[in-house]
This record gives sequence, structure tokens and C-alpha cells, in this order.
Amino acid sequence: MNMKTGTLKQILLITDGCSNQGEDPAAMAALAREQGISVNVIGVMENDTIDEKGLQEIESIALSGGGISQIVYSKQLSHTVQMVTRKAMTQTIQGLVNKELQQILGTSTSMEDLPPDKRGEVMEVVDELGETSKLEVLILVDTSASMKHKLPTVKDALLDLSLSMNARMGDNKFSVFVFPGKRKDVEKLLDWTPKLEVLTKIFPKLTTGGITPTGPAINEALGYFQKKRSLRGLLSHDDESYFEETV
Amino acid sequence: MMTNHTLRKQCNLLPGSLITGKWNKNPYQIKEELGYGANGIVYLAESNYGKVALKLSDDYSSISSEMNILKSFSKVQGHSLGPSFFEADDWLKNGRPLPFYVMEYIRGEGYLAFIEKKGESWVGVLMLQLLSSLGALHKQGWAFGDLKPENLIVTIPAYKIRCIDVGGTTLFGRSIKEFTEFFDRGYWGMGSRKADQQYDLFAVAMIIINSFYPKRFSKKGDGYTQLNELIKQKRGLHPYSKVLDGAMRGQYHSADEMRNDLLNVLNREHERKKVQTNLTSQSKKNKNSTSQTRSMRKRKGKKGRGVLETLILAIFVSILYVLYVYSQFL
Repeated sequence: MNMKTGTLKQILLITDGCSNQGEDPAAMAALAREQGISVNVIGVMENDTIDEKGLQEIESIALSGGGISQIVYSKQLSHTVQMVTRKAMTQTIQGLVNKELQQILGTSTSMEDLPPDKRGEVMEVVDELGETSKLEVLILVDTSASMKHKLPTVKDALLDLSLSMNARMGDNKFSVFVFPGKRKDVEKLLDWTPKLEVLTKIFPKLTTGGITPTGPAINEALGYFQKKRSLRGLLSHDDESYFEETV
Repeated sequence: MMTNHTLRKQCNLLPGSLITGKWNKNPYQIKEELGYGANGIVYLAESNYGKVALKLSDDYSSISSEMNILKSFSKVQGHSLGPSFFEADDWLKNGRPLPFYVMEYIRGEGYLAFIEKKGESWVGVLMLQLLSSLGALHKQGWAFGDLKPENLIVTIPAYKIRCIDVGGTTLFGRSIKEFTEFFDRGYWGMGSRKADQQYDLFAVAMIIINSFYPKRFSKKGDGYTQLNELIKQKRGLHPYSKVLDGAMRGQYHSADEMRNDLLNVLNREHERKKVQTNLTSQSKKNKNSTSQTRSMRKRKGKKGRGVLETLILAIFVSILYVLYVYSQFL
């Protein structure tokens, strides 16, 4: 088993409402899931609220992306971002462990069917993997006009995320994209890096406004994972295969 | 905080409800709800072993992790900070299993409510207790993690501080998974979120601060500067300022070291108050300089011992004299 060296891949989408251009974001999230990348969504509110349509979209992106969604007031954003990331990691690992269990014990055995003591032992393995696995998080930040005064909070939350994740024993890589970009749907702000401190300089210069092309943004983000994988795949092919399967 | 609304919706257990485990078949009668959080609801229940606390959840992973921690806690000998673990089971609710575990019911009052009622003079002594317990836990290689007043209970009538939620307990060197911003070293920009002794000691400092700022506050600008400023503004915190600073900056190597310093502060405070009432004029001079107070205390102690020595010597000599006179008469 090479689960220990596997990499968990996530897209973290931070938005405050509904997309209004391009492909259906839920379909793009489903596409991500097929490639072993889970999609988590955080809806941020400040003095505004997110309408019913926006709420539904947020939920369906996470659902079809095999991830977790959460609506929060911006004050709680930091705490939520790290919690959602962790929960999604556990969920993915658990999905994999469940699959292993089924292979060993047969049919539809999952963690719930085990007696509590055995479950505790399985959970020890899950916790261990959560602590030691490599993690790649591609962060997608909605910078449409209504997000303008939430951006400083988003920046703080992302710094806090890197603080939390870098306390783990496993390696982390983050990259940050914003949408809409200046010329394109999506713009790369930060390439894969273990530390997000650089954001402090970049974030205040961000301009907001325009459309919300959430679907195309997820699609583009996927390509970024893929490109990276095909390059790295040459070097470490078998490492990758494990976490590509999803829940 | 993310609270578990779905679990609340699907099972609002009323007092008198009976829960029977699917595996061990032990019955539990629900008495009342004790509290709820992100991972589940805790009830007071009546069982074959008497009153117990029962935590019900719909999240298998978090409840199993907590169970593991509680179990390893009971292996730590003489450690009484957290509740002891009894058993884990599943409750079939309409055919669907919900995991739960049963632990010792710790009766008492919440830390902040206790301080509010009994007064701030209890802060120091309760923190001494907490630091002893933490010291024992640290020696086993664990950090408590989510240390905060909400998780601390002062038992009645023994007035002993205990902890009711051990979900954040983490092996040294691993990442802290559960924390509360106000008590988190990382939030204040004073260090990492890796579990070590200093992480807990930072939280102890924040609990002391919280005792004097019950409403808490959020971070504005540089964390360290802000905390120092707020310590200065509260008179009650002044005696602790050195200990707080040491803990905030991660300068203590162990809980015992911080405990010793805190103990010295409390003794000094006690002494200072005594001196203040006895020698009002002199204490005014010494108030600003703790070192002076300390050296004075030392001198005073020496003087007291001197008087005692003289007295004993005098008595001894008089006894000898009496014996001598008596022998002369014979």
C-alpha cells in the first residue's frame, strides 16, 4: 500500500453568490471529482445575505465535487476555511479506507458496520494519514464587485489556512487563482507554494468587478492540476494513483 | 463555530428517553442536555454505573477520534484532567445507527461562572491546579490543544479544576486540529499550530486574561502589542504580567516552570498585601519595585528567625540556671 505517500487534491472555492457566465459550475465540479480532486465551497456573507439560488449553487457544487460546503459570516471565515479543508481531507481518506475495507472484508462493509473498538482502530489510521499525507489546495477566489470589502478577510483566512496546514507533518502546496481575471476568466495570482505569506503584498492590489464565471474558473483550475500531474507523473507515477479515486 | 444543526433537528432527545446500545446492549436514560458543539450533543444520563455523560453524534470519524483520545487518557496514570471513558456503542434510531460514547459525569460549575461568583482571587490557585495537570499530560507527550474556559469545570465541593472536552488533545509534533481563536497561539501571531508544551501554556495565559476580560476581544493589528496593552489596562492582571509575558512568548520550557513562577507571584502578592496592611507607609515606597519587596521579605524572615533563636537560647540558659540553683540546694 502506498497510501502514505499519496497526495490529496482539493479545490477551495470562496464566493458570495451565483455564477452568471459560462458552464454550469456543478458540472465542472463533477468533472473534478472524476479526476480525484474534491471541490469545497465557502459562501461568505457580510452585511448581505446569499439568495436562495446562490445557496443552492454552492451546495450543489460541493455535492457533485465530492467536497464540503459551508456558509459563513466573514468574521468566522478563518476558522471555517481550515475546518472545511480538514474535514474534506478526512472525508476523502475515509472514502479510500472504506474502499480498502470492502476489498478485505467483502461486499458493502464500511466503517459504520464495524464495532466501535475496531472503528477506533480504523480511525487511528485515518488520522495518521490526515497528518502525514501530502496536500495540494488550489484556492479560487471570487473577486466580483460584491466581494470587494471581504477580500482583506479572505486574505487573513488564507494565511491562517497555511498556518494550520503547515503545522501538519505532511507537505502542503497551495496556489491561488482569482476570477474574473483582467483579460481572461481566471487569473493566476500565486503558483504552487507551501507558504501563503506573499498574499499580503498581492491582495491589496487586486481589482474587483465584472462577471462571475465560476464554471469556467473551476474548469481552468482543473487544467492546472492536470498539467502539473502529467509533468510529475513521469517522475512518480504510482504515488499519484491512490488518491485519484474518490469517495 | 460550526454547530451541528442537522443532528439537532433529527434527534432532540427529551428527558426520560431511553437509549440502548446496539453492541453492548447497555441502557441509558436521558436526564438532561449538558451541552452541544460542532461534533455532537452531550447528555446527562442514568446508567447501570450511575450518572454518566453521554455524547451522541452523527459523525463517525470525529467521535471515533475522541474515543481514542479518551482511551489513551485513561492509560495515563494519575491524570485526572479529563473524564474517564466507559464505553462506546451505536444507537439505532429508526434503523439508522448513531454513534455515541459514555464517560464520567463531572459535576461542577463552569470556570468563568465560578470566577464571577467567587471572585478573581480564585484565578491564581485554579491555574496552579491546571498547570499541574497539564504538566502530567505533557510528560506523556500530549498537548491538550483546545484549552478554554468553556472546557473547564470547577468541581464541587472539592474545588478542583477538570476538563470536559478532550477532543483537541494532540501528540507533540502533530498539528492542532481543534482550537478556539482567542486561546490559539497562531491566531495572535505568536507561533505555530504544532502541538507542544508552549501551545498549552499560551492558552493558560489567555485563560488568565479572559478571567479579567470576560467578554474577550478580537485581534487588531499586532497581537503581542495589543495583548500587552490590554494587560496594562487591567489592574488585576498586573501581578501576573511577567508570567503572562513568559507564556505568551513561549519562554517556559515546561508547565512546572510556569507553575513555579505563578506560585511565586501568588506568594508575593499575599506577602505584599500583608505588608501593605501592617506598614502602610513603607509599602507605598516598595509598591513599584517587586525586587525591593522581595528583599524586604527576606530580611523580615531573617529577623523573625533571629528572635526565635534568641528566645530558645534564653530558655535553654534559664533551664540550665534553674537546674544549677536546684543542685546547689541539694
